[in-house]
Formats: sequence, structure tokens, C-alpha cells
Amino acid sequence: MSAIRNQFSSWHDLREKAPVFLAVLFGISIYASACNLWLPEDSMFYVSTYTITLLGKYLCYALLALAVDVVWGYCGILSLGHGAFFALGGYTMGMYLMRQIGDRGVYGDPILPDFMVFLNWQELPWFWHGFDQFWFAMLAMLLVPGLLAFVFGWLAFRSRVAGVYLSIMTQALTYALMLAFFRNEMGFGGNNGLTDFKDLLGFNLQSDGMRVALFLCSALVLALAYCLSLLIMSSRFGRVVVGIRDAEDRARFIGFKTENYKVWLFVYSAILAAIAGALYVPQVGIINPGEFSPLNSIEVVVWVAVGGRGTLYGAIVGALLVNYAKTRFTAVFPEAWLFALGALFVSVTIFLPQGLMGLFRGKKFPWVKRWKTGEETR
Amino acid sequence: MTILKDVRQAAQHYRERSFSATQKQPDIDISHQVLLYVEGLSVSFDGFKALDDLNLYINDGELRCLIGANGAGKTTLMDVITGKTPPDSGDVYFGQTIDLLGKTEAEIAQLGIGRKFQKPTVFEQQSVFANLELAMKVNKGIASTLLAKLSPSELDWISQVLDIIGLKSHYKMLAGALSHGQKQWLEIGMLLIADPRLMLVDEPVAGMTAQETERTAELLTSLAGERTVVVVEHDMEFVRSIAKTVTVLHQGSVLAEGSMSDVQNDPAVIEVYLGEEQ
Repeated sequence: MSAIRNQFSSWHDLREKAPVFLAVLFGISIYASACNLWLPEDSMFYVSTYTITLLGKYLCYALLALAVDVVWGYCGILSLGHGAFFALGGYTMGMYLMRQIGDRGVYGDPILPDFMVFLNWQELPWFWHGFDQFWFAMLAMLLVPGLLAFVFGWLAFRSRVAGVYLSIMTQALTYALMLAFFRNEMGFGGNNGLTDFKDLLGFNLQSDGMRVALFLCSALVLALAYCLSLLIMSSRFGRVVVGIRDAEDRARFIGFKTENYKVWLFVYSAILAAIAGALYVPQVGIINPGEFSPLNSIEVVVWVAVGGRGTLYGAIVGALLVNYAKTRFTAVFPEAWLFALGALFVSVTIFLPQGLMGLFRGKKFPWVKRWKTGEETR
Repeated sequence: MTILKDVRQAAQHYRERSFSATQKQPDIDISHQVLLYVEGLSVSFDGFKALDDLNLYINDGELRCLIGANGAGKTTLMDVITGKTPPDSGDVYFGQTIDLLGKTEAEIAQLGIGRKFQKPTVFEQQSVFANLELAMKVNKGIASTLLAKLSPSELDWISQVLDIIGLKSHYKMLAGALSHGQKQWLEIGMLLIADPRLMLVDEPVAGMTAQETERTAELLTSLAGERTVVVVEHDMEFVRSIAKTVTVLHQGSVLAEGSMSDVQNDPAVIEVYLGEEQ
């Protein structure tokens, strides 16, 4: 009985689960980076810079999936608008990268980005000030999506909006932002978004070294986010959140202000999504309003469902697998991808409600659990 | 009365050990012996009057049974007291001074009012132990739950409650895998561990075996005195075995109140409710 005290410490789960995950993640990323930097291009084991960038992109998606798993898998908040936070994070990074171009743009204006010159703007809009500083852009990257998530969550959870209604509202949120960012008057490059980036912190974005650095940085951030989320979810806070998912009334009547828990979890998740967006933009070299598209957010939910909800690593595995499949599939048969994705989602929901990770945990059929009494999950 | 001793000792022990660590117990003014005042309470849903000018006074330390046919307003009354349903009119006071209306469920729970639902509601995906841990009377703020560690005295307290509810050997089991009766007990345990002043218990013996029912009766009677307990129950045998005072609700207001035998002999009660039973 007293052994349970250790199991109820947050560090217990971290010690149990994190080492394998970290070893696999860092093993693969360091191996790929080394093969890119130090092997000649004609070597059999050479990893192309294209692949490195692709892997870096996948890791950003994995971080986004982790963010969705934190709210959906653990707290039952099905957000169909997490792409909005991802895109906002991306835009703050994009704004910094735009200001870094300086007078190397097509029009050669030292202050104004090309699209503003093109629109005949004379001055930098007020909200673009400060973005020439990296620290300012990073601060905005955390604060803007965080604040949006707080206000949205505060309004929605206080009014006890839940379930499908909440999902529709998140969808509307990202759709509204997409329409707004499409407008040139908004001052974020409209339809074309922000692109043509040159360098980040003085390093050329096209160089192999920088590509590898960004990829490794994505791996590191993903590892940190995984460990932090694991710590949070195995603390008493995490147990309260799971309690809210399964019986919100019970949690209220034993004295938890469930709205507050949901709001802060939502903010945490939005910030993870924003960080993913900020890492994504320098690697793909563009951010445009398409990232706000509701379809993107729904895809994230599919990744998490495929991998398995409420495990953290499931979301990451799901994101990597589905995106790899997407890369291969769209190269061969691009029109069919959305159908394949839809079929995947439906079949996972029907046959693997716990996702791929459920297969490994031996919980393919939830009712088996009832016979295996005495089984321990935590 | 071994359970009585167990519960009292455990609670005493827990309070002594962790008194300074827990939040300040709110002062409840019971100078008139009455712990809960419900006055002129009316609630209607789409024109249906669930509660109609209901008056109810629960004394401190009392064990009160509420009976009444389906739709008499028992559960609605509990919903109003615990902050789930806002009433159309009326007053609900906890002690002389604390107005419960307008407070949220969580605030009311933290004042020391615990509630067991009609359908046993526990955190099914978590272990029995975790269920009790979450229900413990501790700081329920976000920062402190993030950093919370189980102290040895809390562990003792959980272990004693596990003894009382007879789930000691199942503490690792998922709550969802318990039998219906065991879930009922777990939920009662979740109430006990929060050390509430007032316990509202909705149908505690539904789905229990005869022995379990007997044990529940023993537990609830032992709690009275120390705590105030309000029980809603359909099982007349059970009510007869525990009740000192019974309140009969009918169509949203109080029809009769008194000892079980008084109530049973009340002609109005016989007509609308007990008459059908006998």
C-alpha cells in the first residue's frame, strides 16, 4: 500500500515511460543528422536535406498532435480548431523572418516587407513593430495564441459549452481567422501569406547546417513538451483532468472548479500548438492563411485517433505515420488522399477505438478489462 | 458499533495530523441548532413545478430521510442545495449566515456539503485509490494539484476509508470494474474522505445485497451526530431501519414530517404514498 505513494508521484511516470521514447526520438534524429552532414552524397546511407526538412516538418506535426491529445485524449475537449493556434504561432515566426529580410526583398525597402510596398503602404502597421527582435517575436508567439485560447476557453467553459457545440465553435474560430487573414487589409500578406525568408538569427535558412539545426531543435522541443506533458498528466492535476473527462459533475461536487482546469489546460495546449507552428514555418519557408483551414485541424484529430488517445506517445506515432503515408500517397495518387484519410478515420473509430497504441496495450476490446479485474492502469 | 468507532477515530486522527495543512474550515453558525434552512423554494421546468414552496429544516447532527414517489422533487431539492439548479424563488441557508444560492457546485462542496448521486458516479477510468485521493479534503486549486504530493497522513486516511468501505483489497482496481454495490460504497467513501459537515445521499442502497444494505444502514446511523446526513431512499425497509425523522415529499412540497410511525399513520401519506406500498 505504501508503494502506491511512489506511483502517485509525477516523476514515477516520467522514469517509466520517457527513457524509451527519448532514446528512439534522439537516436533517429541524431543518426539522420549525422548521415546528412558527414556522409558524401553518393553514399548509400546519405540522408538528403529534403528528407531532413521533411522529418522536421513531421516532428512539428507530432508536437501539434501532442497538443490536441492533451485536451482531447485527457480532458475530452474535442478541438477542431487547433490549427488556428498552430498558424498563429507560425505567423509570429513568419513576421520575424519577414523583418529579417531587410532590404534584400524584391523592392529593396529596408523596413517594409514586399507585400506592403506592393500595396502602396507608406508605414509599417503598429502590430509589426518589435518583430525585428527575435525575443519579441518569441514572446508574441507564446502570448497571442495563449491569450486567444484563454479568452475563448474562458467564455466557452464558463458558459459550460461542451461536446459537439464546443467542437463547432473551435471550427468556427479557425474558419473566421482564415477569412480574416485572407484579407490584404489585415496586414499579414493576405492570400500569399509570408514567404521568401532569408535567414533566422543571422543563419541562412537554405544551408544544410541550418536545416539540420532546425530539425534537431524540433526534436528537442518535442522531447521537452512530451516530458512536461507527462509530468502534468501524472500529477494530481492530470487525474483531475481525466476525472473531468469521465464524470465532470462528480469532479464539481467534490470541490474542483472544473472550468478553471479546462481553461488552463486549453491554454497550455494552445501554446504547444503555437510552438509547433513557429518551428514549422522556417522549415517549410512559407505561412499562408491556408494553415487556418478547418480541414487541417480535422486532420490533426485523425492523427491522434489513429495513434491512440490519452497516451501522448500515441498522438506522436499517429502524426508521424499518417503524415508519412500522406507524403507517399499524394505522390502517387493525390486525388484519393482525402478519401483514404476519411476511410482511415472511420475504420480506426470502429475497429480500433484506442488507436494503434491500444493494440500494444492489449486493450483492443474495452470489455476484456472487466474480466481482468485487479488490473492496474495507474 | 464498530464502524462508528472506526469512522470517528479515523476522522479525528486525520484532523489532528493535518489540521494546519488543510484549508480553514468555514465557520458555520448553528446557534439555533439548524444546519440547513430551505424556505419557500420553488423550481419549475417548462411549467412543471418540480418544487412548490418547499420548506425544510435540517438540524445539526441529524439523520433525516426524504421519501416520496417519483417526481416528488427529492433529487431536484438536492440539485438546488448543491448549486446545480438555480431555483425560481426561495432561500437556502447553510447555518445562520451562509447563503448557498448563487454559489457554484465547487464552492458549496468546499463549504462541506458532500453529495452522492442517485446513479453511482465515480471516476471509472481511474483506480479506487485515485478516486479517493481526488475526493480528499485538500486545496483544490490548480497550482496545488499540480504540485501535490501524497503525505503519509493522507495515505493513512485513504487506507482507513478503504477499510471502512470494504474495498481495501481492490484499491488498485479501476473503479469502472467494480460491481454496482461496490461503486455505491466507493462513492460513499468519496464523501467520507472529504469529511463533510452535511452529506446528501441519494438512494445509497439501490443495487446492494441484503448484507451490503445492512452495512450501509450501520454506517449511516453511525455517522449521524458527528455529521448531518440527509438520505433519499425508495427502500422502505431501509428507511424504517435507519430513520428517526422522515420527511415525505409530494408534488414538490412537504406532505408530512415526523417519526416513521407518525408518518405511516398520517392519513394524507397513506392516501398518496404508503397506501400503495402496503
